[in-house]
Amino acid sequence: MIRARGLTKRFGTKRVVTPLDLDVGAGDFLVVTGPNGSGKTTLLRLFSGLVAPTGGELELSVDRSALGFLAHEPLVYRELSAVENLELFGRLYRVPERRERVGMLLERYGLWDARHERARSFSRGMLQRLGLCRTLLHDPRLLLLDEPFNALDADGVELLERELASPASERTLVVATHDPQRLDAFATSRLALA
Amino acid sequence: MSGLVADSAALARKDLLLELRARETLPAMLLFVVTALVVFHFALPADVSDRAAGGLLWVAIVFTALLGLTRAFVAEREQGLLDALVLTPCDRAAIWIGKALAVLAFLVAAELVALPAYALFFTALDPAAIAGVVLADLGICAVGTLVAAMAVAGRARELLLPLLFLPLAIPIVVGGVGATVGDEPARSLAFLALYDVIFAILCFASFEYVVTE
Amino acid sequence: MLSCAAAALVLLGLGLALLWAPEDADQGISQKIFYVHVPVALTAYACFGWAAWKALRLLWTGDERYDLESYTGVHLGTIFGVLTLVTGSIWAKVSWGVWWSWSERQLVLFLILFLFYSAYFMLRYSLDPGPRRQRSSAVYALFGVVLIPISFLAIRLAEDLIHPVVFTRDGPQMSDSMFATFCVCFAGMLTLAGSLYRVELTGKRIDERVRELRELLDAEPVRQHVLTEVRS
Repeated sequence: MIRARGLTKRFGTKRVVTPLDLDVGAGDFLVVTGPNGSGKTTLLRLFSGLVAPTGGELELSVDRSALGFLAHEPLVYRELSAVENLELFGRLYRVPERRERVGMLLERYGLWDARHERARSFSRGMLQRLGLCRTLLHDPRLLLLDEPFNALDADGVELLERELASPASERTLVVATHDPQRLDAFATSRLALA
Repeated sequence: MSGLVADSAALARKDLLLELRARETLPAMLLFVVTALVVFHFALPADVSDRAAGGLLWVAIVFTALLGLTRAFVAEREQGLLDALVLTPCDRAAIWIGKALAVLAFLVAAELVALPAYALFFTALDPAAIAGVVLADLGICAVGTLVAAMAVAGRARELLLPLLFLPLAIPIVVGGVGATVGDEPARSLAFLALYDVIFAILCFASFEYVVTE
Repeated sequence: MLSCAAAALVLLGLGLALLWAPEDADQGISQKIFYVHVPVALTAYACFGWAAWKALRLLWTGDERYDLESYTGVHLGTIFGVLTLVTGSIWAKVSWGVWWSWSERQLVLFLILFLFYSAYFMLRYSLDPGPRRQRSSAVYALFGVVLIPISFLAIRLAEDLIHPVVFTRDGPQMSDSMFATFCVCFAGMLTLAGSLYRVELTGKRIDERVRELRELLDAEPVRQHVLTEVRS
């Protein structure tokens, strides 16, 4: 799925990712830990293709249609409703049976009642849940989650844990967190950035 | 191909919907263009011909367009949404087309007020002038959207956008003024069409490189 | 080697222009500025074209080396462009008594190009070094080279022709000796541009390398990361 050899990323004098060799195979669950500023977000952005490496090699065997990325920001349009946001991204991701899938996700993540309200009026927890719906919309085979538990409320945390626990054997996950205990049960490998 | 059309349409609809709800950009453009025309009246000495006013119409159009273009990618930039769009499997050119269509809609809406106002304050416009406006709008939106995407990635983006856009807009102004007050409007219209085709192709091919790494 | 050739050609060209080539019937001695003005203008076009070619190569191959080559091309082109404006202005003053004339097509074209390529540098300063800056600069350089003929058409559309026609479809309206002098001057300017390009590009590459090394030295120490497999 992901293959990195000597991967580095530098922003000026700030060395954000030090030479990294890594293999993530299909079905793996990689937990990335480290203190703030250790490069977790940058690493995930490198994996997603949003940012190009400064050095080394990075190979991904999935294309954009099979990749889901949940960033720090929920990445939804504040002036659109939950439904409108998901409909838009559903269209761009060519999600089959879009309307049904959107409805199912909204319901599963407890946003069905608020579905016609603009995202601007959502709480932080609801926004993050909406972002999660956007990430899962196209059922991606590679899921990159950047500190997903951070902004979630208690309900959201429970929903996410349930999602991670579900036996989607085809799914590969890379999750950045500074609370690794939560994911001990799922992890197949751990990367601790210093 | 149908994917490109569908994606562009979805993105354009999204921008129009956002503007309908926020109601920030279009009212500003409308007010700006009418105010500019009034300023031009006071700026032109009495003995100056209608031809000068025709030229100034184009100044008003270009700067009104700049107003709209400055706002074009702000939402995507402030909320990191350009990342979200770039991550989708859609052709990056669809982002350009969708955004350009939305800016075009705002510009045309502003002109629906500006052109009658111009006819009221100065002189009527003939069909060749209207055709010139239409063709010029296409060029302005095509090039302006791409340049706005370039500027939005850097610092001082509001300062940078006019500097990048205006030299590219000079040929449009020449064509537009030629169509409005010139003797051979057909030649000017043909030139505008040429500009539109060449730069549209260039923008379509190169937008991908402006928004990805 | 190249710079020696450049120096020789430029000196030879200037010598020929001043001493050997006959005076123009209409304009007299002021016409001699033509031997500097037109070659400088053509060299500027060549630099912009070169920069656009390197920009295209950057976008096509993704090889970073082309970024500095394109940037140097634009930089040199801008310098020669400014020289074109200056020599053209001097020529206008000497010939017609005005420092600027909107009827001078070349002058107006170079004014537009000067504005466009100045914005290129603003664009580069506004973006942080990296792939984003390289790509945006390259796209902009390509737009520039397309703008040249389009602006030319626009100016023709807008203005009457006063600028003396030098090359007609039948061939240059110059005598053979004038043409020969012109060619020597043109070759001189091109080789001058070529050697300046080499010097500037080498300087820029060294600057970049030094900056990179300095960053590496000042950078935070390589931190250890730990990758563990977990039996799940």
